[in-house]
Amino acid sequence: MAGNNKRVIVVGGGLAGLAASIRVAEGGVPVDLFSMVPVKRSHSVCAQGGINACNEVARQQGYSEYQHFDETLYGGDYLADQGPVLEMANWAPRIIDLLDRMGVPFNRTSEGFRDLRLFGGSLFKRTHFAGATTGQQLLYGLDEQTRRFASEGKINKREFWEFLWPIIDGEGEDRRCVGIVAQDMRTMQIQAFRADAVVMATGGCGIVFGKSTNSVICTGGAASRCYQAGAWYGNGEMIQVHPTAIPGADKCRLMSESARGEGGRVWVPRKKGDTRDPTSIAENERWYFLEEKYPKYGNLVPRDIATREIFDVCVNEHMGIGGENMVYLDLTHMDPHYLTEKLGGILEIYEKFAGADPRFTPMKIFPAVHYSMGGLWTTYTPGDYQPESPAGIHNPGDESPASTAVGQGMEFGAHNNMMTNIRGLYAFGEVNFAYHGATRLGANALLSCIFDGLFNGVSVTNYVLDGVAEDQGAATVSAAVFDHAVEQEQAKQAQLLATVSDSGSTDPQFNPYTIAGELGVEMTAASTVVKTGPRLEQCLEKIKELRERYSQVKLGDAAAWTNQSLSFTRALGDMLIMGEVIAKGGLLREESRGSHYRLDFPDRDDDRFLKASVAEYNATSGESTIMWKDVQTALVKPKPRTYGKVEEKEPAREEAVAASGS
Amino acid sequence: MSNTATNGQPSSAAPVPTRTVTFRIKRCDGPGQPTRWEDFKVPVVPSSNVISCLNWIAEHPVTASGQQTTPVVWDCSCLEEVCGACTMVINGKARQSCSCLIDQEAPREGDVITLEPMSKFPVVRDLWVDRQRLFKGLEKIKAWVPIDGTYNLGAGPKEEPDDQQMRYTLSTCMSCGCCLEACPQYHKEEQEADWENAFVGAAVLSQARLFNAHPNGKVLEGERLDALLGVGGVNDCGNAQNCVKVCPKEIPLTESIAAIGRAATVHAIGRFFRGK
Repeated sequence: MAGNNKRVIVVGGGLAGLAASIRVAEGGVPVDLFSMVPVKRSHSVCAQGGINACNEVARQQGYSEYQHFDETLYGGDYLADQGPVLEMANWAPRIIDLLDRMGVPFNRTSEGFRDLRLFGGSLFKRTHFAGATTGQQLLYGLDEQTRRFASEGKINKREFWEFLWPIIDGEGEDRRCVGIVAQDMRTMQIQAFRADAVVMATGGCGIVFGKSTNSVICTGGAASRCYQAGAWYGNGEMIQVHPTAIPGADKCRLMSESARGEGGRVWVPRKKGDTRDPTSIAENERWYFLEEKYPKYGNLVPRDIATREIFDVCVNEHMGIGGENMVYLDLTHMDPHYLTEKLGGILEIYEKFAGADPRFTPMKIFPAVHYSMGGLWTTYTPGDYQPESPAGIHNPGDESPASTAVGQGMEFGAHNNMMTNIRGLYAFGEVNFAYHGATRLGANALLSCIFDGLFNGVSVTNYVLDGVAEDQGAATVSAAVFDHAVEQEQAKQAQLLATVSDSGSTDPQFNPYTIAGELGVEMTAASTVVKTGPRLEQCLEKIKELRERYSQVKLGDAAAWTNQSLSFTRALGDMLIMGEVIAKGGLLREESRGSHYRLDFPDRDDDRFLKASVAEYNATSGESTIMWKDVQTALVKPKPRTYGKVEEKEPAREEAVAASGS
Repeated sequence: MSNTATNGQPSSAAPVPTRTVTFRIKRCDGPGQPTRWEDFKVPVVPSSNVISCLNWIAEHPVTASGQQTTPVVWDCSCLEEVCGACTMVINGKARQSCSCLIDQEAPREGDVITLEPMSKFPVVRDLWVDRQRLFKGLEKIKAWVPIDGTYNLGAGPKEEPDDQQMRYTLSTCMSCGCCLEACPQYHKEEQEADWENAFVGAAVLSQARLFNAHPNGKVLEGERLDALLGVGGVNDCGNAQNCVKVCPKEIPLTESIAAIGRAATVHAIGRFFRGK
């Protein structure tokens, strides 16, 4: 297979990017791996709780890959195409095995098997974990293998390089991606790189919301650049707000769902404005509102539900701790030694950043923007598993309607798996919109990232080796195409640098950091837990104003060496466009589904909106238009998503509660 | 509705600052450039940390004496003390700037916080240093488990919980470089060519122990110890024990060094008798 001039570029060195790099390199195609940070410092390190997969214990209790698949769809309110989700769930146990072989220190039972914990959206223990820094440990496992491939010359790591633009050759149907323009963040050198396929694995866009649980590199800039170059963006409005985060001055730090998975309870004092020390508040004076409202799932309802309930308790009922927007997440009833072993990493974070020990003091938390289910739109080739009719309601413990041997949800190795609408341009991991629908279940993100890399990495290899004719490889494309792309980026940079004046600019109107701050506050206020049409329209007006101000932005640093302000300011322009896509999708989706909750359209509307919103950018007008594409639901029939909530009085909901067996 | 419409956001963007803190920051425009100190007066709130203050300076790049300047350049990513990027020397001590809370570091009015780049690595600009040598060290000791490929070959070896806990602790090393900054035996090397023979430092030695402790990672133990028996290896450790005191993840680095030292000695004797 080797011995040709084909190359693949992977942009992003988190779980998806590293898994893809390893898989493609193993297939015999050399990889250039670009990352803004040393790959070991990618945002995947922040994932805490774990990674889901069916396992022998759960299987013998009646769980199956099929049920993992069903839970993922149900959690995502059926907005994901079902084939790829089925395939991901089917592959999950193999992925755990592989990571295990790589030496990831998964927690162990006394007999030496991999330990499991309970996580949101499931009644079975199916979450594997390594302390409370599972993402870090998985990333290190892949980082180590990448280092091995790099030492053998099969992966060429370019760290501290920023992706600037995809290079697209041809017109219309013939359009294909043949490389990228990137910049060395230290020397500021801008350069074009050829590749027969480019894999975007650049993560989410939390920084568009200002303070989120995301790393500072998660601006969504890279995805936005692909979008502006013609790639479609799917379900942008689907942004997950994590129920439990520690609000901070610079960011909101995640407090993992595993805290609840291990027994953590969410409560507020029953008495409004109670300012007593929480440990002195008696059990019957506490309101465990999640357990009360959702007796079946309790504290482990999916994230959007927990978030809305916490939000409702604080913002609408003014029942937050001491009248503030905070609730207790309480672990103090548990054995401190057990907590240290299972949750040490996150308890340490709370202790360091909030200054109190959660083993003995209930934590104060509030929801924060966490994950982008939306992302670059991708396609795939369906597999051979096609039931005669979609399965109905599949309850926990039911026998699987399909064993894992029935067939594939997505065809292994098909060239177009997770390819964007631009040939040769792929999107893997969080930047891919494919797997999580309208809400992602806890501990499914690590899975989808690694699954994309391993399963669809083979598609990339196949496409490059068989789908690109030898005489049409990127190496044969005219140098003018690449030179032109570099010149465009140089011009963009020159324009920004020309705005620097000696006297500096303290005018907040045109200060990039001020504009970014305003964007974050506006996006969080208008487009997170609760949305309304008028508020989103106002948000779009605000973004328009910010874009106008951005067009006159004043950069504060003219340096030709390691100019971070330039990098940030350039990304800000891309973030503004991303914000517009998110708000516009939210405005046009006149229903409530998963994380997307419209106060003015509180019900799910399958007739109109069991569809992906797909944004397309008009490079001439700078406007985004939204198309609606059908979601493939051939395997499981969508059912109402209630998680057995009690006290609902509408007939439709009651029926659903009865049907889901509670 | 009024409250709902802001999604729980306070009406103004941020809490009102309660006081100001002075930052003294050592700045440098690039390799080979002169260094200078700049002072900034930064308003802080109870949850402020060094990162939020550097962000504030980026938005208001004016020194305490009213001089217009450029935003400070520094390396950071996760801000949760788990990626290792934002390490710098704060009031003389190497640590992550994200977990440095202002109310703890500078509790009194008039307190000064001094920020400097780590001194053991080449400065890229301002507080950003180049730590590639650390990652090169991991390559030198083959810090990986040599798996047979990514195909589906079943689970890894079973493991006792105690062994897992030991490996997990070692595996939380985020390559931040605090242990190297504190080490009297670890010296700055500007040129990549000189890295090969310079001391690898505690972080890398501890990773060698991590992979030697894995049932399959052990396959490369001999090669790792060979690499660490040479110049720049475990014998360069001067036993100052500073490393273990500054490690933000409380990794037992001195135990790791001792373990590698013993293994290397045994390996060297074995090598002597094997004649290679």
